[in-house]
Amino acid sequence: MLAPAMAEVVAVAAESLAGSRARAARTVLNQVVLPGEELLLPEQEDAEGPGGGGERPLRLNAGARSRVRVVCGPGLRRCGDRLLVTKCGRLRHKEPGSGSGGGVYWVDSQQKRYVPVKGDHVIGIVTAKSGDIFKVDVGGSEPASLSYLAFEGATKRNRPNVQVGDLIYGQFVVANKDMEPEMVCIDSCGRANGMGVIGHDGLLFKVTLGLIRKLLAPDCEIIQEVGKLYPLEIVFGMNGRIWVKAKTIQQTLILANILEACEHMTTDQRKQIFSRLAES
Amino acid sequence: MGKTKLSKNLMRMKFMQRGLDSETKKQLEGEEKKIIGEEHWYLDLPALTKRQSFLLCEDLLYGRMSFRGFNPEVEKLMLQMNAKNKAEVFEDKTEEVDVSDEEMARRYETLVGTIGKKFAKKRDRVSYEEHENGDVKLPKEKEMFLKPRD
Repeated sequence: MLAPAMAEVVAVAAESLAGSRARAARTVLNQVVLPGEELLLPEQEDAEGPGGGGERPLRLNAGARSRVRVVCGPGLRRCGDRLLVTKCGRLRHKEPGSGSGGGVYWVDSQQKRYVPVKGDHVIGIVTAKSGDIFKVDVGGSEPASLSYLAFEGATKRNRPNVQVGDLIYGQFVVANKDMEPEMVCIDSCGRANGMGVIGHDGLLFKVTLGLIRKLLAPDCEIIQEVGKLYPLEIVFGMNGRIWVKAKTIQQTLILANILEACEHMTTDQRKQIFSRLAES
Repeated sequence: MGKTKLSKNLMRMKFMQRGLDSETKKQLEGEEKKIIGEEHWYLDLPALTKRQSFLLCEDLLYGRMSFRGFNPEVEKLMLQMNAKNKAEVFEDKTEEVDVSDEEMARRYETLVGTIGKKFAKKRDRVSYEEHENGDVKLPKEKEMFLKPRD
């Protein structure tokens, strides 16, 4: 996936250095973009006449504003009235489903280091128990705090059975650059929904963040093929951690190796490996 | 005598608004909004909200998975959560009622009697027992003290 992109990147870089004019986001969809590039939103392409300076005057009239509400996702930032790219990767766009206009633009980038984001489901390791909260290592810059009341059916008398070293599957409720991240193991209705302590045994290993998103895509063939091999259980954390468990240790290790390796395999190589496994 | 013209600020006070009817209120509100709208300055920039999460960018499946019956609870959860994402689940079948309406009515009929018996005095309980062949009759009215007439 990355090798052909390198050739593209060189061509693109040359072009953008020569032109040094902002390109329309629409024309760059699914192409590689580099940090520092500015992209125009669709509604601004008409206004951008020859020599467009980028200065937008303040207006006093309450005229009809044809504003489309666009969301800029990860890898993009607002710069004046344009989008500024901050990560290298492919630009993606998603149309709005239920009509609340604009859609989402984001950059599909690859990285190993996780930065806590609110709403993400992650796998954490309990590192300390202090008073009413647990300190959970999620792979970010600081350990997240998890209150003992944030479990389903937990009360002050009825504490959850969590020890140091346990694996926790939870989601973030507070995650920004100014505060310590906080996570919980219940949803907004108070139900666990599969969150909480992950059972004993099994194997936890780390992969890149892009692979997690690829494996969790709705049409991922890898997961479908893996599921046909033998009975197993997998938990994916958005912080790059995967926990797997199968009936025997050997099966667990095979599964872990497959998931780690499938990032760099082509479809054919993968099919070969699966057919060899199915035989044995 | 001509009507004294009350000032605009006085008319905007709460105690003056109570007597107005809804139409005049709406009209006044509309005028206020127009004044405020014209005075507002705004930047003519596109509305760009910044979201860091990948969740609304890509439709991702639920993070816990189990295959071939390894963990039945997780398999149930998988169906639930993934269906929720696709917004397919819509409970079409009506809830099965445990007890039919007729039986409920019959139960309540006798219930009135049994609970009433609990609070009835010993004298009145006799009247309950007389009618125990199925239908329940309320006890006779309580006899109050009658003041003697002169």
